[in-house]
Amino acid sequence: MSGDGGGEASAPASAPAARPQETLHGCPVVDGPNTRVVHCNRDRYLDLCRALRADGYAMPIGVTGVDYLTHPGRVLPEGIRPERFEVVVELLDLAHRRRIRVRLQVPASDPVVASLFELWPGTEYHERETYDMFGIVFEGHPDLTRILMPEDWEGHPLRKDYDTGHVPVQFKEAPRGATI
Amino acid sequence: MSDTTGVGRGGSSGRSTAGEPELSEAGNDPMASRQPSLVDRLLGRHVPGAPAMDRMLESKTDEGRQELAPRSRTSPQELRIESGRMLRLPEGVQLDSGDVDVETPEDESMILNLGPSHPSTHGVLRIMVEIDGETVLRSKPVVGYLHTGMEKTGEELMYHQGATNVTRMDYLSPFFNELGFCLSVEQLLGIEIPARAVWIRMLMCELNRISSHFLWLATNSADLGAINMLVYGWREREMVLAFFEKVTGLRMNHNYFRPGGVVADLPDGWRDDVLALCEAIPKRMDEYDDLLTGQPILQNRLQGVGPLDAEEAIGLGLTGPLLRSTGVAWDLRRDSPYLAYDKVDFDVIVGTCGDCWDRYAIRFNEIRESVRIIGQIADAMPAGDFRTQDKKVTPPPRSRIDESMEALIHHFKLYTEGFRVPPGEAYVPVEGPRGESGVYIVSDGTAKPYRLHMRSASFSNLQAMAPLARGALIADTIAIVSTIDPVLGDVDR
Repeated sequence: MSGDGGGEASAPASAPAARPQETLHGCPVVDGPNTRVVHCNRDRYLDLCRALRADGYAMPIGVTGVDYLTHPGRVLPEGIRPERFEVVVELLDLAHRRRIRVRLQVPASDPVVASLFELWPGTEYHERETYDMFGIVFEGHPDLTRILMPEDWEGHPLRKDYDTGHVPVQFKEAPRGATI
Repeated sequence: MSDTTGVGRGGSSGRSTAGEPELSEAGNDPMASRQPSLVDRLLGRHVPGAPAMDRMLESKTDEGRQELAPRSRTSPQELRIESGRMLRLPEGVQLDSGDVDVETPEDESMILNLGPSHPSTHGVLRIMVEIDGETVLRSKPVVGYLHTGMEKTGEELMYHQGATNVTRMDYLSPFFNELGFCLSVEQLLGIEIPARAVWIRMLMCELNRISSHFLWLATNSADLGAINMLVYGWREREMVLAFFEKVTGLRMNHNYFRPGGVVADLPDGWRDDVLALCEAIPKRMDEYDDLLTGQPILQNRLQGVGPLDAEEAIGLGLTGPLLRSTGVAWDLRRDSPYLAYDKVDFDVIVGTCGDCWDRYAIRFNEIRESVRIIGQIADAMPAGDFRTQDKKVTPPPRSRIDESMEALIHHFKLYTEGFRVPPGEAYVPVEGPRGESGVYIVSDGTAKPYRLHMRSASFSNLQAMAPLARGALIADTIAIVSTIDPVLGDVDR
């Protein structure tokens, strides 16, 4: 692994010496089938992404969110406290043909994370979509507006507590004879 | 029509309008309890009992507008995006808003809508442009007109139903959506699919690439005034779709790939049909080469228009022909082979200067490469099962149901309860006609995906609009949209 610069804060102190957690730039990393998955909390997020950018992950594949409201028992590495939301960032290194996925825990009480726009401008639409669908605010995003839903829509549809199958939808109430 | 809840809906919308206690008392009079609807707000109509309009507007549209606004009301950062300067500036360099659109005073420019309903936008794409005469100063795509919440729908469908949902996203390359979905599910399940299923999937995907590129060739030429090519492109596409119909029963939205393989074997005589296509298409491509490639009008419309450099393309997350046109030889079929692409021989077509002409040439020649791959697939197609024999994911064949009670029960259970997928997450990218598409699935161990997210190439590629359109003419904008080739079903999902 070429870019393993920050191994200083290796396994968290509380972890027993059973199996040391592999880290990348100080964040726990897990190997997946065709990608590596690095987990982090908000305090390390931007530093981690900067370091990954410097490692050669030049292409942003996508940013999306997951609302773990009704599936709390997921497996996370030691030292990562599960929160309701996760922001999932998919990155690609063309030169070394490798991928990495960043899974960032975002608490429901304060769903604000830093924007990656300055690192990868191609995250612009994806962050807008994640904001639109989950209500996660990307601080520093140049144009954080809804992208798929109408701009005066209320609520964030992909949250798990957002009703589905709710019949009176917003566009229903056009009065007869109204001309728009 | 009784209207109980007005516009209020569940969910955790951050802010709701301040509660009005009198609303609940007037429950039997729908007009009195009505919240102002979207129409009311658009028309500025006052609704009795509702909070004051200006407050409503303020509290409900805090997300901000999606449209292109006059420059005086746009932040410098937004201006930077809209005028196509997406990449990070070198350290220490500050961009001031005066620098963005030089010289033209705001009262000499004009904001114009291209679309959402315009033949050249291939769907419902709305591009707002600020123009000075014929020159585009800023542009901003406004999307979402085709949003149907397919990711949310996907959370309600079981895994064996999921393919029929995702196939409708990018409706011009349905097989790639299904493939991405099935590969992700199979990775979570940890199952291998039989060799014949792998090769059938490859065959259908390459044919789909041809049909998608033919449609692009037809519409792109029509946008640029070569109307005769429109008819030819549709004709060739129809030949491929006729084969799809023979195999899957449907011309589009096939629902043919399922987790574990494909739903049915290829019909008798498929090889003759495929070979007939392989023979017919290259000949016609040569004709179209004569018709289009050598034509000075088309060359003038495309060459040097909308150039893109590699650094920009990578930073913007562009994939597919857009990325390859800048000279970056990146094709997932070659660089991270899935299915059996490592067993077939083909070339990755790359461009040099990233203009519309390169993108045209790449798609044009990718049709030929796909024909080459299809010829090899027709020769190498292995015999055997077309679906995994894992009883957990594959229902018993129809014929068994008549004679075996167990098969009937098994079939019933599988279609009513679905199959459970181990918890975890998976994302398997595939190289679609427009670039990298893939489905990110989070499973919580039940029979439905906990989260289904489509990474669609068109959505990312549309971000190239502003950098490409800067300084172009209106007519060039049409050529640029056309060679970005977004499918709006895929953008909006």
